[in-house]
Parts: sequence; C-alpha cells; structure tokens
Amino acid sequence: MYRYDNYDHKIVNERVEQFRDQTQRYLAGEIADEEFLPLRLQNGLYVQRLAPMLRIAVPYGMLSSAQVRKLAHISRVYDKGYVHFTTRQNIQLNWPALEEVPDILAELAEVEMHAIQTSGNCIRNTTTDQFAGVAKDEIEDPRPWCELIRQWSTLHPEFAFLPRKFKIAVCGSNEDRAAFLLHDIGLQLVKNDNGELGFEVFVGGGLGRTPIIGSSIRKFLPKQHLLSYLDAILRVYNRFGNRDNKYKARIKILVKAWTPEVFAQRVEKEWENIKDGPSTLTDSEFARVKSFFPLPEYKVIDGAGSAKKLAATADSNTAFSRWLDRNTELQKQSGYRSVTLSLKPAGVAPGDVTDKQLETIADLADRYSFGELRATHNQNVVLTDVNESDLFELWQQAKDSGLATPNIGTINDMICCPGGDYCSLANAKSIPVAEAIQRKFSDLDYVYDLGDLELNISGCMNACGHHHIGHIGILGVDKKGKEWYQIQLGGSANKNASLGKVLGPSLSRDQITDGIEKLLDVYVENRIADESFLNTYQRIGIEKFKERVYAPAT
Amino acid sequence: MPQLLKDKRVIDDAWTLLDTDSQSLPDGDILLTYSQWQTFSEQLESHSGQIGVVIEGNTEIEDIIEPLLKLPLIAINFPKFADGRGFSLATLLRERYNFNGEIRAVGGFIRDQLYLLSRCGFNAFKFSEDTDLSEVAKSLEDFSETYQVSADQEKPLFRRR
Ligand code: HEM
Ligand code: SF4
Repeated sequence: MYRYDNYDHKIVNERVEQFRDQTQRYLAGEIADEEFLPLRLQNGLYVQRLAPMLRIAVPYGMLSSAQVRKLAHISRVYDKGYVHFTTRQNIQLNWPALEEVPDILAELAEVEMHAIQTSGNCIRNTTTDQFAGVAKDEIEDPRPWCELIRQWSTLHPEFAFLPRKFKIAVCGSNEDRAAFLLHDIGLQLVKNDNGELGFEVFVGGGLGRTPIIGSSIRKFLPKQHLLSYLDAILRVYNRFGNRDNKYKARIKILVKAWTPEVFAQRVEKEWENIKDGPSTLTDSEFARVKSFFPLPEYKVIDGAGSAKKLAATADSNTAFSRWLDRNTELQKQSGYRSVTLSLKPAGVAPGDVTDKQLETIADLADRYSFGELRATHNQNVVLTDVNESDLFELWQQAKDSGLATPNIGTINDMICCPGGDYCSLANAKSIPVAEAIQRKFSDLDYVYDLGDLELNISGCMNACGHHHIGHIGILGVDKKGKEWYQIQLGGSANKNASLGKVLGPSLSRDQITDGIEKLLDVYVENRIADESFLNTYQRIGIEKFKERVYAPAT
Repeated sequence: MPQLLKDKRVIDDAWTLLDTDSQSLPDGDILLTYSQWQTFSEQLESHSGQIGVVIEGNTEIEDIIEPLLKLPLIAINFPKFADGRGFSLATLLRERYNFNGEIRAVGGFIRDQLYLLSRCGFNAFKFSEDTDLSEVAKSLEDFSETYQVSADQEKPLFRRR
C-alpha cells in the first residue's frame, strides 16, 4: 500500500500542529463556536448527541496491521475500547475528548493516518472496491488512482469551503462494489478502442433527501487529464452550487437544474483553459504511485489440487463450508481467496469492533494476508490474498474472536445508521430494528436459502444507512412523536443502480419484523430456481408484496 | 491610520471604502463596489487617487474582467467565511487573467483561512480594526509544503518530488 515520504509526513504533521493551535485558541475563548465548527469538521470532529465523534480517514479502505494496532491502542487510551467502521470505509471513535483530539491526531500521524477532510463541506475520502487488485472482473487496479486523488484533494486550497460535502468513488471493475453512481463524482476506469486507459466520468449521484443516480458527462477522459478535469468540475460547482439552502447545495441539485448536458458543457469550457497545464499527470508519477501497489509474493499453487483439498475439508464441516461459501471470494490469482470478516454478529451495532478484535484482525492480516486489510463500504473487513490452504486455520481463529459469522451478503449483513440511540436528527431508532431482524432470522439454513439480500436501515431521510439502495430498505419516520418505519423495495447499487420504491403505509416497530417475513415469503413462493430476491422483485413487481404485507389479519 | 496585512507585513491602509449611499467621491485612494464603479464612471475618469473595485463571490467574472485588469486593486468580499467562492475567483484572476495587482480579502473571512487564501492568490487581508495583525499573520505559515498547483506554486508536488 502507499507509504508516506518526507513530503507526506511533513504535510500531515503540520496539519496536526495547526489543529493543536486552533484547539488551544478555541479552548482559550479566542475562536468563536461557529468559526471553530468548520475547522474541527475538516479534521473529522463532530459533536453529536452524546459526545464528540472523531472520524478517521482510511484512504480507499486500505489499512496495514500496524495501523490497526494503533487504532486499537487509541480506542483503549482515548475512548471506550471500541471503534466503528463506517459506510465510507472510514473509522469512527465515539467518545474522544476534545482536548485530546490533537494527541490522537499526532498518534495517527505516526502510522501515516489522519482525519483530514473526513467531514465538513470539502472533498472527502475517496472510496473504491474492497477487492481492488484481486477481483476477477477487474479492468485496472483503482487504488493508484485513488491515491492520486487523495493527494490532489488533500488541503486543496481552492476547494476547502464548498457549498456542501463532496464525495468521489472510483470503480475499476465490471461489477460495481463501490456504489460509484451514488457519489458526487463517480469514476469508472475504462479502456478505449486503442487500449488506452481512461475514465468515464459521472456526476451528481447521491443519497440523502433527494436520491439521484449519477449522470455520465464524459465517456472517455484520458488518464493523464484526471486532475485537471476534477479541478474543472469542482471549480464550476464551487462557483455556481447553491449556498442559500443546505438541502439544495449538493452538486446533484446543480446538475439536475442545469441538466447534465449543460453541466458537461460548463465543465468542458472550464477545462479547456487548464487542460495540458502542469497538473497533467506524468508517466513517472503513474509509475511511482503504482509501485506502491505491487502484487504480493504469491506461491506457485496447484489450483486444482488446492480446490480439491478445500472441498474435502468443507465436506466434513458444515459450519466451515457455510463460511467458505458466504465469506470468501475467489481471486484472479488461483489458489488464493479474499476473506470477509463479518462485523455483523447479532446483538452488536453493525460495524462496531472492540480493541481486542482489532488486534486479532491485525494478527490475522500479518499471518495470512501480507499485513494488509481493507475496510468495506458494507462495514466489514476484508483480508485478501489468503492461501486456500490457510483458510481453515484462519476461520477457526476468526470464529474464536466473533469475526466469522457466516452472513456476508445475506439479510443479516445489513447496513444500519446509528439512528435514534445516538443521533439527534433521527426520527426513529435503527439499531434495535437491525437486532430484531437478526434475531428473527437467526436460522442459518433459512438465511442461507434466501441467498444474496441487502437490507439497509436509516433512522431518517438523511439516509446514512443507504436505505434507498437496499433490496429492502427501511426508513424511520416520525408520526405524531411515535417511531414508524417505511419499507422500500428494489433498490440496488450496482451498475444498473436503482432506487427503492415505497411499499405502502409505514409499519410500527412491532410490525416490522413480521412485515419483513411476509416479504420473504412472497419471494420464496415466487422465485424461479435460484433467482435472487432482487431479480424476483424486478420480474413480478411490487403488487404481490404489497398485498401480502397489508392483507387484513385473518 | 487603519492597518492592513499585506505581503506578510502590517502596513497602513490608505484606501477608503466608499459608503453604499455615497453621492460623491472622497479624495485619495478609493475602493468601491462594481455597481458604484459603473455609476461613478465619469467622475472616476478625473479622480486623482487610485481606484479599486470590490467584487462578490457570485460574479460571472468572465463577462466583466477586461477593464478590471487595469486596476491596481481588486477586492473580493466574503459574505461569510464558509462561502468559498472567493477562492475560485482569486485563482482565476491570477492564473487565467494574470492579474498582478493587489487581491484583497474583505468581509467575513477568518484567520484560519489565511494560508489557503494566500495560496489562491490573495496577498492582502482586511481584518476588523481590533485585530492583532502580527499575531494572525502566523497563520500564513501553517504549512510549508503542498500537493497542488496554485497561484503561488506553479508545479504540483509530483513534478518536484
Ligand atoms: C450520529 C451522527 C450522524 C449524523 C448527525 C449524520 C448526519 C447526516 C446528514 C445530515 C446527512 C445528509 C447530508 C447531505 O445530504 O448532504 C448524512 C449523510 C450521510 N451519512 Fe450521516 N450522520 C451521522 C452518522 C453517520 C454514520 C455513523 C455513518 C456511517 C456509518 C454515516 C454515513 C452517511 C453517509 C454515507 C451519508 C451520505 C449520503 C449521501 O451520499 O448523500 N452517517 N449524515
Ligand atoms: S440517517 Fe438520520 S438518523 Fe441515521 S445517522 Fe443519519 S441523520 Fe442520524
């Protein structure tokens, strides 16, 4: 993964000192609350319902074992001994003290980490596929591009005070695992007819109150122009995005108001002036950044033999076999697999891990995956490049630490926001709903039989839990001070991204799990062969589901 | 005499900001809004002092830029510090239009933005009169290295490292 040189170290260290000085001046009463607000936000520090929250950047989800050990240490010393993996591949501390945040940042800088631009109206952490570099359907490893974008966006002088937050995702494969069409800018790596590498550029996607799927504004951007083109998009947005109403301030609203065609013209016009300037990327820079993402030293493995052995182990152990099936993924390198450690056992807020578990994760990464791991946007952790012959051992160790729940991609692998337990904007609680669903559907055979199913829960329309793009989405709504839940069906975040449709009137807290069960019954009764929930829904439509859920009790 | 932070130094500020309802021009160096500048265009021809214009963040600068480039001073107003449009305007003035005069930040910007403002091409900063300018000037030095191209750095770090 990318390693800092003296320049990177210097910039991050100076940032820590800058924030230390700002915090001291704030505590001394020299900076007003409203002026300190964006300064702390740009360093990842929120103040929410119960305590401050510090969001730490994990650039495109990549972590080293040393970094994870440092996070465990920080969570123990400065917090309550656990951290939270977010839907944007970042990590949050829930209980840090403001006075100690500069020290936390200094500790992070020691392991080449920071919290720069993890919140506030600026360019946020760039995200990508958790299987980057190993995915079978990969066109090109997106990570060097994400790193180039990280450096370009870090403390970019012109774009620190945008109308609203700004998120970029890069997709390097055929299947989309980064929800890139739901970002302010989505970049799809493509090759043109001459085999040259470039990007298809999408803008204006996003969730929140006005969910919109991004529009393509350029079919092919040659790779060397990436940064100047991003400059052009950001400059147009910075100048003309709405600043009067924060609900109309995202770039998606500007793109919609102008139409994608007009927006594209404005960007192209701006770009003409800066194209081929000094920001044009050079071959030596491509080579330098790429060199940080080498393939690990794979052993030569007899693929067929390895597969056979693994199958034999799986045959004799159902629990292992289930885990193998749900929580591991084949790689383009035969004989190796990517393992997803589930952070979603029933009864734990999705994405939460303890300091001890972090240390186990670091150990597993050192032992089995070349000391590196990745955070996923589904709030799990991935270890890539695991030799198939190590899988059984890895599974046993992960299981002992509660990291091997075989539920990846199932109904129990849900995305869920903090909701009413922690968040002051919530209409309803979300974590207890997630837990009730996990408890209701705890029969592994049943869950297993349901197959791939994404269920997402948000406690209000800000959509932190991505309910619009769940195959089943649950949204907390407030009815006369009571918690109710609206159900949406048919959302999806893949290449053919779609937004969910509202099923009907919302359900109360005690109706929700039964309602979900009825949806699943309709699916099981109507599916053809091994058709997924989403495909069945797309084929039969919403009516049958609706009839069942709202049928009068008999 | 009011003070100004300019080119990293605290200096006397000889410029008078024209009142919004002013009917006539004072003597000396004056700073006026774009619309005042148009209203007074005839009187300004014979004005002996220097003239500068204040523009707002939402200005479509492309449409009005030509005559402004001859001025010694263009000020950019920040209605509030979170309004970042001025960062792009200053960048355009320096990088696209090669404006070499003074670019002055006025209005609601704050000390902690000085470093980024200066990178975008601002070289003068008008704070409220009770500000300790030599103290706030420290924030101009928050960073000594930077990744991007900007008005004060023509090579991105990747062409220098
Ligand atoms: C409890 C504290 C939280 C508060 C008050 C909060 C508030 C918000 C608000 C107001 C928005 C809408 C912003 C907009 O549309 O411009 C938003 C969006 C979002 N939040 Fe949160 N959030 C919280 C926690 C979280 C957590 C823990 C996560 C990750 C697990 C998260 C993930 C997201 C994401 C991914 C979006 C972006 C949706 C988009 O692209 O439009 N939030 N949040
Ligand atoms: S979706 Fe709403 S309730 Fe959930 S964390 Fe975001 S703002 Fe809070």
